[in-house]
This record gives sequence, C-alpha cells and structure tokens, in this order.
Amino acid sequence: MLKILKYSFYDLMRSRWSYVYFLFYLLLGFVLLFLNNDVSKAVITLMNIIIVLTPLIGTIFGVMYYYNSTEFTELLLAQPINRNKIFMGQYIGISLSLTLSLVLGLGIPFMAYGLFKSSIIFDFSLLLVVGSFLNFIFVALAYNIALSTENKIKGFGYAILMWLFLAVIYDGIFLISLVFFNEYPLDKFSLIATMLNPIDLSRILILLKLDISALLGYTGAVFRKFFGTNIGMLFSMFVLVFWVILPILRMNFKLKKKDF
Amino acid sequence: MMKYKILLFFFFTTFTISAKQIEVCETCTVKSIKEAIKIAETGDEIVVKKGIYKENNIIINKSISLIGEKGAVVDGEDTGGIIIFEADNFTIRGLKIINVGMSYTIDYAAIKVIKAKNFIIEDCILENVFFGLLIEKSKNGIIRNNRISGNRKSEASSGNGIHIWDGSEMEVYNNQLTGLRDGIYFEFVKQSVVFENNSHNNIRYGLHFMFSNNNIYHHNEFKNNGAGVAVMFSKFITMHHNTFKLNWGSASYGLLLKEIYDAEIYNNLFEENTIGINGEGCTRINYKNNTFLRNGWAIKIAGACYANIFEKNDFMHNSLDLSYNTKKNDNSFNNNYWSEYTGYDLDKNGIGDIPYRPVKLFSYIVNKTPEALVLLRSLFVDIINFSEKVSPVFTPDDLTDENPIMKKIND
Repeated sequence: MLKILKYSFYDLMRSRWSYVYFLFYLLLGFVLLFLNNDVSKAVITLMNIIIVLTPLIGTIFGVMYYYNSTEFTELLLAQPINRNKIFMGQYIGISLSLTLSLVLGLGIPFMAYGLFKSSIIFDFSLLLVVGSFLNFIFVALAYNIALSTENKIKGFGYAILMWLFLAVIYDGIFLISLVFFNEYPLDKFSLIATMLNPIDLSRILILLKLDISALLGYTGAVFRKFFGTNIGMLFSMFVLVFWVILPILRMNFKLKKKDF
Repeated sequence: MMKYKILLFFFFTTFTISAKQIEVCETCTVKSIKEAIKIAETGDEIVVKKGIYKENNIIINKSISLIGEKGAVVDGEDTGGIIIFEADNFTIRGLKIINVGMSYTIDYAAIKVIKAKNFIIEDCILENVFFGLLIEKSKNGIIRNNRISGNRKSEASSGNGIHIWDGSEMEVYNNQLTGLRDGIYFEFVKQSVVFENNSHNNIRYGLHFMFSNNNIYHHNEFKNNGAGVAVMFSKFITMHHNTFKLNWGSASYGLLLKEIYDAEIYNNLFEENTIGINGEGCTRINYKNNTFLRNGWAIKIAGACYANIFEKNDFMHNSLDLSYNTKKNDNSFNNNYWSEYTGYDLDKNGIGDIPYRPVKLFSYIVNKTPEALVLLRSLFVDIINFSEKVSPVFTPDDLTDENPIMKKIND
C-alpha cells in the first residue's frame, strides 16, 4: 500500500494541477493579508473560501484522478496485490497531496506575516485542520461515486451534484425547515442537522471560534453550550473523523464486490 | 499645583471662618469619627489620620469636611451602611471605605447622601461595597476621582456604584467603577454631566439612565459589562465620545435605547459588542460619526423607531450591519461608510454611485427565526442575500443609503 501511496503522491506532486492549486492558495493568502490589515477578518474570508472551495476541488480531483488512472489501476489489479491496498493507496495519495497544497499554500504567507506571534494562531490552525478534513472527506466521497459509476460523464455529474447538495442545497432545506417549524424548539434539530453535513460542521466549528459564539447564545443556549466546550469540540472532531471513515468503509465494501 | 491651591484654599478658609480642625487617630484625644462629629460644628474639618476605624452608621448632619489622610480606612465589617450625610455644603475626600453590608431590603451604602445641596465627594476609594454612593433628593453635587469596586456575584445581591435618585445638576467624572450591579445609575436626574468615567466588569449595566432628562455623558469607557449601557425612558440626552467595548454575551449590547426621544449620539465607538445599539421606541435621534467595529449586530431596530437619522457613521466588519423587524421604515441612512459595500465610484467624488442596502435578507430571517443564525456565512445564505439585494421583497425597499461613502470617515 505504501508503494502505491508513494507512487500516487509523487505522480500528483509532479502534476501541474497540484502546483496551480498550491499557487492559488499561496496567492490568496498573500493577497488577503496584504489587503486586510485585520488578521481575524482574513481568517473569516479564508473560511468562506475553504469551506466552499476545498470540497469542490477535492471532489473534482478525486473523480478526475480515478477516471484518468483507470488503465493503470487495471494493470495493478492484474498483479497479486490486495485491491483495498491499491485504492487506499491512491486515495491517501490524493488527499495528502491536496492537503499539502492547502497547508503550505496558506501556511507560508501567514508565516511570512508573523502569524506565530499573534493570538490568531489557534483559529488559523483550526482552519487548516478543518480544511484538511474536508479534503479527506470529499476525496473519499468522490471515490465512492466514481467506483459506483462506470460512465465518466455521469460520475462527474453525480460528484458535482453531491458537492452542490452539501454546500448549498442542504443549507437551503435546513433554512426552510427552520422557518417552517418555527414554533417548535429547534435547538436540538439544528444541532443534529449541522452534524450531518461536514461543510456545515466545519463552518460552525470555525465560526464559534470567531464571531458567532455570542450571537448564537442569544437564543440557542443548547447550541452554544455544546459547541463552546472542549467536549463539544472533541465530539465535532470525532464526527469529522467519522465522516472520513464512513465513505472509506463503503469504498472497501464496494471494492469487494466490484467486477473490474 | 492643584494640590497646593486646595491646601492654600483650606488654609485661608480655616483662618477666615475661624473653623477648627479636629484630628482623629488612635493616639489623639478623639479616637473615632463618630466622636469627632459629635463635637464638630458647621464649617469644621475632620481629619482622619492613618489607621483602621471599625465604624458604621456614621450619621453626619452638619456642614463639615471629612478628610481622610493616606492610609485612613473605615471598615464597616459587612454590617450595614457606613457614612450618611444629611446636610448641605459638605466635602468628603480621600477616605477609604470598605466592607459595606448586604441586604435584600435596605440599600446600605458606603456613602449615603440625603437631601443635600452643594457637596463634593472626591478621591475616595470604596471597596467591597453593596451600594457605593447612594444619593437621594440632592442637588449640585460633584463626584470625582473615586474608585468604587464590589465583588458581587448576582444581580439581586448587588448594588450600584454611583446611584443617584431624584437629583439635579450633578457632575460625575473620572470615577472608576467595577464589580457592581450598575456602574452608574441615574433615576429622575436632571441637568447632569457624566464624563471620563471608566465603568467595567459590572454585573448588569455600565451606565443606566431611567426617567432622566437633559443629561450629557461623554468620554466614558464602558467595557466588559454584563449587558452594556442602558438609557431608558429619557429625553434630551447627549452621548458623545464614549467607548462601548466587549459587551459580549448572550443578552448583551453596547447601548440599549428604550423609549428615548430627542437624543444626540455622536463620535462614539462601539467595538465587539453582541449588539452595538439596540433601539426600541426611539424617536428623533441623531446618530452621527459613530464607529461600529466588529459587532455581532451593529444596530438592531426593534420597532416604533421614528425619524432617526444615521449619518457619517462607520460600519466596519460587523457580522450583520442592521436588523429590522418591520417592513416599514421611517429612519434615514445617509452618507455612511459600510465595509460590506460592493459598489463603485466612477466619478471619483468619494460617494458610491449605487445605493447600499444595509438590511440583508438573512438578518430578516434571523429576526423571525433566531435559530437560523446557525447558517451565518454559509454559501446558501450569501446567495439569497445577493438575490434579495438585487430585488428586495422581504426587507424594507426604501431602506437604503443613497450616498454611501467609499472610505472610512472617522478615526
């Protein structure tokens, strides 16, 4: 597995897209810090970008890589190697390279601007952790979709739809149900609804450290009590881990049955 | 220099009015403040020397000066009120008064003033108080350079720092207030000035006005108070150059305005409050040159607010700039700076060419369904905000800033 991981990783590291992705974040980081003299505001802008863009890039990269390397994968499959190991290697390779681009791309400008001296370091590292989680989650989801769909175009379509659903439509449904069931106590509902979507969960995790915390307490004491504490934080992290593990399990399950 | 002047002043007064000075100390003939007051006459000066005086319920009904030297401490031993003035023309200076008793039925205070005229309370340090200064039915008082602190835990078991009930022409300045229920509380107070005070970490409000007309407060700092500053049921209040900071909590605001008429609010700074200004039933108020920085809501208008004018304010990096719960709008917004403004200025006159809509659809939804706040900064919310901006349906369509300024206005 390590060999395959290494191969996919180096393969991606050599590819143009990794560089473009890395440079994009690098530029974004520098421009944001240059334009915003307020670092905490820069973190909010970054959050807006990370929670939308990281999943999108992860999804597209995952699907693209799977379809592009079908032939090579088939070649590998002919060898006496465990299937799981091949795909897990590829999966971890992609996720790692994307995460590396993200962490380095944003880390370098922030380091250059003397982030370590400021108190924002914790918020920023949380941002990177959440971004990395999103990478792992969405690449895994993308692999699931690609494994289940032979047709390339369909696969891409489903992947984009999945992203669109989790990033936009889910929140729409969430909001409508909140407005519709206005008369009922909605604290627990919104808590659970947030947990079920990794993008929402990441957003809340970061926002609670930034501007939302007091605003939320305005009504949803339950919400604040839960996320405000260390246990809530730990639990959220646990849910994010769960969001990585679940698609991987399904991937392995699918692999056992799939006829290549 | 000032000190010498005061000394000189007292030097002359002691000679000209032939008032005497009574010294209080452990080795003096007069050993307690109560004894000193018994023998004192109008115009006398009681000097309390260094030492701890365990006394309470000291009633002073003569026009005298009570001066504490450095290290003079009056300890009430948590039993009740400590000094009570029932006279005109008195001065109290430099005393340190500690440990006022707490009661749920009686307002014990470190210094209580009843029906007095022309008095000065200055340079006193009041620690662990229930009420600090409690002034009733008085006129023409100067309260300055005092440090008042309490360490109360709940609203019910705590009192106010400077509590004035039914007074007029008071000057309250350069005081430090902390750990109390309300830092400064005014009820039925007229023609008074409150300035350069620092009121922080109080359980309820930093400053609280009730039924108090024609007052001015300026250059004060209100920081980290439970709920901020409240101005209620008052007319003709001027508030300027104050700082409202870090009033951050589930039911906090920088400034709460309730039933206020004809007020002027200018050059204030609202920084990192949950709600910068919360207005209910405010009419004819001019908000000018204020800065709203990183608040949850910069301004929340709850209803029955008419003919308010918001001009030349800076709205910077607030989570939500403005919240309205009605579709009707009778207030005007003009020439403000909005950090969220995305318009352009083609003719380079410093004024944006397209109007700005400060009320977003999302802030309207949050008003209806507070739980929806969970979706703050999500992509979906950005999308609906954008569509509402293009064609307003839910938010008041006449609520716009026609001439948004492109650059930050105030320093």
